[in-house]
Amino acid sequence: MASLELRNVVKRYKSQTVLDNLSLSVADGETLVLFGPSGAGKTVLLRLVAGVIDPDEGKIFIGGEDMTDLDAEFRGVGMAFQNFALFPHMTAFDNIATPLQAKRSSQNAMKAGVESVAKLLKIGHVLSHKPRALSNGQKQRTALARALVGSPPVLLLDDPLRNVDAKLRFEMRLELPRLLADRGATVVYVTQDYKEAMALGDRIAVMSQGVIKQLGTPEQIYREPANIEIARLFGDPTINLLDVKPSRDAKGIYVGLSNVQVHLTGAYDATVGRDCVIGLRPEALRFVDDGTPAAIPVTIEAETPLNEKIVTLVRTVRGREILVSRPAGTAGQIEGRAHIAVDGKGALLFDRASGDRIGSKNVVNLHSGEAA
Amino acid sequence: MEHTSLLERILRGAALTLVVIFFMFPIVWILMMSFQTNETILRIPPQLVFKPTLANYTALITGKLTTAAGTLDIAFMRNLWNSVFLSVTSVAVALLLGVPAAYAFARHKFRGSEDIAFTLLSFRFAPALLVLLPLTLYFQKLGLANTYIGLIWVYQLICLPLILWIVRGYFEDIPADIEYAYRIAGHSWFATFRKIALPLAGPGIAAAGLLAFIFAWNNFIFALVLASADKQPVTVGALAFITSSGIQYGQISAAIVLSITPTLALALYAQRYLVEGLSLGAVKG
Repeated sequence: MASLELRNVVKRYKSQTVLDNLSLSVADGETLVLFGPSGAGKTVLLRLVAGVIDPDEGKIFIGGEDMTDLDAEFRGVGMAFQNFALFPHMTAFDNIATPLQAKRSSQNAMKAGVESVAKLLKIGHVLSHKPRALSNGQKQRTALARALVGSPPVLLLDDPLRNVDAKLRFEMRLELPRLLADRGATVVYVTQDYKEAMALGDRIAVMSQGVIKQLGTPEQIYREPANIEIARLFGDPTINLLDVKPSRDAKGIYVGLSNVQVHLTGAYDATVGRDCVIGLRPEALRFVDDGTPAAIPVTIEAETPLNEKIVTLVRTVRGREILVSRPAGTAGQIEGRAHIAVDGKGALLFDRASGDRIGSKNVVNLHSGEAA
Repeated sequence: MEHTSLLERILRGAALTLVVIFFMFPIVWILMMSFQTNETILRIPPQLVFKPTLANYTALITGKLTTAAGTLDIAFMRNLWNSVFLSVTSVAVALLLGVPAAYAFARHKFRGSEDIAFTLLSFRFAPALLVLLPLTLYFQKLGLANTYIGLIWVYQLICLPLILWIVRGYFEDIPADIEYAYRIAGHSWFATFRKIALPLAGPGIAAAGLLAFIFAWNNFIFALVLASADKQPVTVGALAFITSSGIQYGQISAAIVLSITPTLALALYAQRYLVEGLSLGAVKG
């Protein structure tokens, strides 16, 4: 129905560049999540697509047509705002009906359209209320219903779950993907919550300071983050980052972790002697018995049982703190000395100066040998 | 529940009565004078008990003022009508011009917009007398002197800046996202102005309109200089009561009562909007 493309878009406010030569394309029917800290330019990007602000340079295409100079009402997009932006003087019904009104739908068609989308979002019973009489969750659903009701080919959702409570956010995170898939619309979804990004996105674009730092599937962003910043943003508990300086011996490239040599396989020849940072996901570490090859001795400092996992804070012999995560219900030591081993999958190597990840696209394989 | 002793209640009642008497006394006194003849008004000491007369009101309404020196024609009802016509028309014109202008100033920051808005406000700084002489000369050249159109035009100096600046603040208080949402839903900017901005700024517009009306109604100096007897409002017309045979206190009082009635009625009617409009939070849902 409608793909979306931004070509070399620049937006400045006074001397500040908010979007810096940004290009992005979203395929028809795809859900793209824009993820990044506040001030990254996510909301500005959505508004440019919606047509309520104009880019200083660059072009915007919707469904292959150049929409750059077209006013908002002719672009045929639906948008839900972070602060809901409901019309305070209209009932929920009238709020939701505004896109149908603009299309000069008949009264019956309007009623049917509003009621079906209200039923879908479970707000059928509050349609006669004014926004001030609605709870936050109902406001959010009303705003979403208003964006959905006209079946727009392009949907822009600006952090719609930001201002709702945790329980509702969790529910909506489950419901939304199916809802969006059923609509078949091209969706751009802005969020600051990495779990939301992982749950909803076909692809995720990580934005920072007006540029896209990485674009990929949730799996790619998590497994192969482009830099330390992105690795830190995705994952809970946060990734362990340790300063290392890779060396070479007869068996290949290795890094020293607490007097244990951990060998790396992969194209890391260029890293020898360079200051690097190794990133280890907490779930890529596990407790092992003493005497296991490449076991790293640690002291257990604290343990936090979460519902689905247990997170343990341990300290290495050099005093560095590391988080280890294991599924709930599995046995483990809770105090004293222990040993951990590095699992092959989650280890990532970054250049310390630039923060960029080193290595090819494939996942890093590790095999370890005990220290000499 | 808050506990109040009998003494406290009595003292509070007394204090309130005192305040009400203090503020209402001049108005009550004028109301009483309007039902008395000049002789009873000027009696010393003044008396609270008198035989009320409607002579003052009849004189105003019939336009015949009977004094010791003879009968005098006065045009008070004409003046009252002039006041109503001039104020209503001026405020209507000012709203028609000022509200869209206020919206433009609030939503579109163009080059020099602040300067233009400030220049309009600065019309209120200059003393009226300063501009009156050149204005009179121009108006005589243009044939606008002593016309309703000329007066309504000059009244814009009073109404337009007031409406522009008050209403602009209300438009600025409407979150831009609400208007964006309506545009994205597929409506033109004009529909957005009519269906979103105007209703949401409604209480503010009503408050500004009422204030402008009161200012226009109370204006004296513009009409004194620029209009002759048949176009003058009540504020200027009241001068007619200072006659060769003395000041007609009874008629002046009756005239005051009649001339504050329209503004008072309007203020009472619009009170709800005023309170709503002048207190913030009307827009936030």
